[in-house]
Amino acid sequence: MWDSEIRAMASAHAIIASSVFMATVVPAVLVENFSVYRTHLVWLYSVCGAVAAVNVAVFGLLGVSPPAKKHTLHHKVSRLVKSCLHFLLSCLFFHAVVVLYGAPLLESTLETFSLSVLLSTLTTLRCLCVLGPNVQAWIRVFSRDGAMSVWDTSLQITAGCSVVGAWLGAFPIPLDWDRPWQVWPISCTLGATVGFLTGLVAAPVWIHWHRKQLTYKSK
Amino acid sequence: MKVSSSVFASLCLILELFGLALFLRGFFPVPIKSSFSSKSKLSDLPAEPLTGTSPNASKVPPALFKRVVVVLIDALREDFVFGPSGRKYMPYTRHLVERGSSHSFVARAKPPTVTMPRIKALTTGSIPGFIDVVMNLNSPVLLEDNLIWQAKAAGKKIIFYGDDTWVRLFPKHFMEHDGTTSFFVTDYTEVDNNVTRHLDSTLKRDDWDVLILHYLGLDHIGHISGPHSSLVGPKLVEMDDVLKKIHTSLISRESEGTLPNLLVLCADHGMSETGSHGGSSEPEINTPIVFISPAFKRKVAMETPPVVEQVDLAPTLALALGLPISQNSVGCVIPAVFEETSLREQLRFLHLNGFQLSCLLKDSIPTFQKEDGYEQFRVSEKSHGNWMKLYLEGNTSEVLVNMGRKVLKQYLEALKSMSSALSRQLGKYDMYSMVVGMSVCVCLQMLLLLLFAMPEALSNGAVVDLPLGSALLSLPFYLLCLLCAALHVFVCTSVGGSCYFCSLPWALVFTAVAFSCAFLCTLVSMAARRLSVGAKSPTKVSNWRLSELDVLLLLGTVGHTLSLASSSFVEEEHQTWYFLLNTLCLAVFQDVCRKYFREKKRLSQGEDEGPLLPSTKGDNAADDASTSFSPVAELGVSAGSEKWLALATPLLTLACCRLLRSLNQTGVQWAHLPDFSHWLNNGEHKTVLSLLAVASLALVFVLVQRRCSLVSKIALALGLLGVYSYRAAVGNILFPWQHTSRAPSKGTVEARFVYVFVLGILFSGAKDLLRSQVISSDVRLKSRGLWEVYSGLVLLAALLFRAHNLPVLAGLLLIQTLMAQFIWKRLHYDAAQTTIMHYWFGQAFFFFQGNSNNIATVDISVGFVGLESYVEAPAIFLTAFSTYAGPLLWACHLVCYLSSERDRSVVSLGHGCYCFALLRSIPAVAYVVLVTALRYHLFIWSVFSPKLLYEATHTLATAAACIFFTFMDQNQNLTRP
Repeated sequence: MWDSEIRAMASAHAIIASSVFMATVVPAVLVENFSVYRTHLVWLYSVCGAVAAVNVAVFGLLGVSPPAKKHTLHHKVSRLVKSCLHFLLSCLFFHAVVVLYGAPLLESTLETFSLSVLLSTLTTLRCLCVLGPNVQAWIRVFSRDGAMSVWDTSLQITAGCSVVGAWLGAFPIPLDWDRPWQVWPISCTLGATVGFLTGLVAAPVWIHWHRKQLTYKSK
Repeated sequence: MKVSSSVFASLCLILELFGLALFLRGFFPVPIKSSFSSKSKLSDLPAEPLTGTSPNASKVPPALFKRVVVVLIDALREDFVFGPSGRKYMPYTRHLVERGSSHSFVARAKPPTVTMPRIKALTTGSIPGFIDVVMNLNSPVLLEDNLIWQAKAAGKKIIFYGDDTWVRLFPKHFMEHDGTTSFFVTDYTEVDNNVTRHLDSTLKRDDWDVLILHYLGLDHIGHISGPHSSLVGPKLVEMDDVLKKIHTSLISRESEGTLPNLLVLCADHGMSETGSHGGSSEPEINTPIVFISPAFKRKVAMETPPVVEQVDLAPTLALALGLPISQNSVGCVIPAVFEETSLREQLRFLHLNGFQLSCLLKDSIPTFQKEDGYEQFRVSEKSHGNWMKLYLEGNTSEVLVNMGRKVLKQYLEALKSMSSALSRQLGKYDMYSMVVGMSVCVCLQMLLLLLFAMPEALSNGAVVDLPLGSALLSLPFYLLCLLCAALHVFVCTSVGGSCYFCSLPWALVFTAVAFSCAFLCTLVSMAARRLSVGAKSPTKVSNWRLSELDVLLLLGTVGHTLSLASSSFVEEEHQTWYFLLNTLCLAVFQDVCRKYFREKKRLSQGEDEGPLLPSTKGDNAADDASTSFSPVAELGVSAGSEKWLALATPLLTLACCRLLRSLNQTGVQWAHLPDFSHWLNNGEHKTVLSLLAVASLALVFVLVQRRCSLVSKIALALGLLGVYSYRAAVGNILFPWQHTSRAPSKGTVEARFVYVFVLGILFSGAKDLLRSQVISSDVRLKSRGLWEVYSGLVLLAALLFRAHNLPVLAGLLLIQTLMAQFIWKRLHYDAAQTTIMHYWFGQAFFFFQGNSNNIATVDISVGFVGLESYVEAPAIFLTAFSTYAGPLLWACHLVCYLSSERDRSVVSLGHGCYCFALLRSIPAVAYVVLVTALRYHLFIWSVFSPKLLYEATHTLATAAACIFFTFMDQNQNLTRP
């Protein structure tokens, strides 16, 4: 059981990671003058879109998300609306945090907001896919020793890695190298993406490594 | 020997200070000096070289100009004259530059671009050492050989009007002078009118030879509102009118048969994009030099002005006036100025300059014969001699002229390379002193680190066992002493007299050697003991678990220390601290969330289980009442809303920090961005500034008065009123009832009024402290006394902070109060964690105030608050206090907080002191090592050296705070039952 779950996770993560690469390669073929630095926002949103779509598809197919209690259309719509609302709120939350970290408040709002959209896609959206719009469950997963399944642990790892990646990505900004990737928010988005990819790789490996120690309470 | 850890930490910090001082002495090179302390004399000048016959006693070169007017405009950037704004605002000067008989150059000033070192460079031609910046405050008389002295000795009559730094540098040199003080930065019209008012009468007179004018207005405008402000244009127009007036007057008095006159326009330094100066950015170091004289050829069109060094002006002017070049000058003459003279004279001038440079080279570089420039000079001197021989034989052919030109070129090359060799020499370090200073620092650092490695000494007893006695009696100690002494003797006898450490008295040196050997032995024995203990009980380490917060605090400290290796991170250090502080607040927020939500969960679980709930609640309440002053009692907060306040505190802190960081833009890269303080100081927003000041002062009062006695409360209120009226008197903010604008005064009376209250509050606090120690061991009395000392310091800071910085003070107090009430007490952070947080906040507030790692941001005007004139000791104290107000107030708050927390842990003060010393010495010592490694870095003078001075000063401030800590700790030990 363990091995099959880990294998499923590894393949799911591989698909998600490849979607990030595809989101970088495909627009380069299709869009004229595409470049990760110069048309950064195009790249950013293509990555966001790809990751979001693949996440929703993969987790929908795997059936990891909690089973809906009612199968009525009304319930499904309200779930969807709730999820969208959560996503928007998390975007605003990340935006606020980034501004608190010193991003300009009035200038380059679009860039800052795009960064927060990316961060939300990499963290919140996965939570929504795995846990549903249920804040109590989120708090449980992200408090210490709160993980109840392999997926919870992977969520913890990927979300943590994305955020830490974005955090580390801010380091080179004050350096006077005048490189194109030092422009706000490119280093942070790149950091977040790299962190996310690292998290995708690290999560199955870490769980495999610690599979003896990991004992989850049943729900 | 057992020492309490606070005493130990203070001792280490003080010894470290000695090490740092020695290191600084070795690091900052002493300016190049000729070995003769006398001045150059005309009679010492070498004869013209001539091969063959015996050296003829040729005559001293005559002066080329009759009168010289030097117009020095402070902070005149090169583009203010040669750029587009020159075309717009300085049409007359621009016309002279483009079409008149003039020579223009861009002169590069060497950092530090501060007025006094630049004046010294302009007059002596040498490059003043970096340490001159520190001496900038009280400029002593310039004793070095200089142009002004030479001119006076030659019987020239000099008149000076302008910045009184000149008058202090050259007190008896001027026939007539009128100094204007440069410390009232807000005044930019009166300072210049005071110079210009003398102009008409002086220009009409005939009894002077040299006239020097130093205009300060432009610099003041730069400091107030930057190079792009609307004030700059009219000021440049005014300067242009002055130049026009002087030039037309000089032209009209020009007569046949006499020598022509010379007008020189120059600047001491430029102006950065923010309007300050001191660093080494392009706009700061590039200044214009324009020589205007009818003796020059007329220009046809605008050319790009060639680049010369600022020090080149001194030898050029000296030769133009027929004076000997100052001995320590490293400049080489600007040949364009002498273009119109005969080839023989030109060669003569270059020879004189070369001779002077080669003498200086001989004196300052032991291996001068190996220098290219020296060799080149010898060769060109020889060919000069040959040329002279042919010339005197009456040969006037084309060949001779060409040969002369060749010699000229040779000379110029020789001058250039000698000059650069000398400038390079300024970067030579006194390695021995540096290494000794460093090893003393590093030694102590290891000592501290070792201490850190023993948690049990840190946690329970707070007592350090120093095996000093056994070390002193051991054989290795004596051997080490002998070895070090021998090494010292060996190094000093082989290196020669260029080392500072060797020039110290022998007794002192050997005492220091004995001290450091004793410390080394102690260190080794402690290390051995630690290792054996560690080997015996290895299990103890493994259960030492770190929380996320601990990891962050450790990583932050280490990361910040490492970041000091990069010049950009040094320039932008504030970004590092803001970033770390933000992360810290978020981590604290997470901790708070975890505490309250988990408690809620536990409580709800308890509700499910039934009877457990009331008992836990009761326990909590009892705990609260017994351990500390609960916020319920102190702030009138109900227990229910306390949770929400605790949750809101980190968020509020974050918001507060974000607002404060947009108040002052510091650093280099983003310093030019518009910030809130510029907007407030604009003049149009005076009302907003006044309201903000009132609000901040009110908040300060509300937050500070809580724990003061009634008398102190009243004194504090009056003092804060005094602060407001001082700011209003100086003209920064408005009085509500004062409608007609009064002329800004110095506000001495108001400031002294506040000083009285500061001293009063400090005195009453000290009295309480002493009473609590001597008469009764009353905890309340003691904590009140401490708080009063603290509030006295807050009042002093309020007086010294500029009006737009008062919100920083209010924010500081607000954060301290909230964090102390809801975070540090509630979450039971231990002394070490609290100390690290205090230190980080202190660092961030240092930058919130608008400080940076650049000398230019030190606000010197603070030293004049409440003083009529410059008095050294109080001025230095006030400047240092206001610069380090943030870190000092946080350190003080730490003392207040930890001693009020004594119920929890009696040794917390000792721990706090120890951590504080450790936190300061890690970056300081690491930086000393880094600077030694990076001493040939490109930015060593512009970025790393100012930071080194800041580090040293900060260590000094921390040492003061640690001594205060120690005093309180000892006090507590005495009163401890």
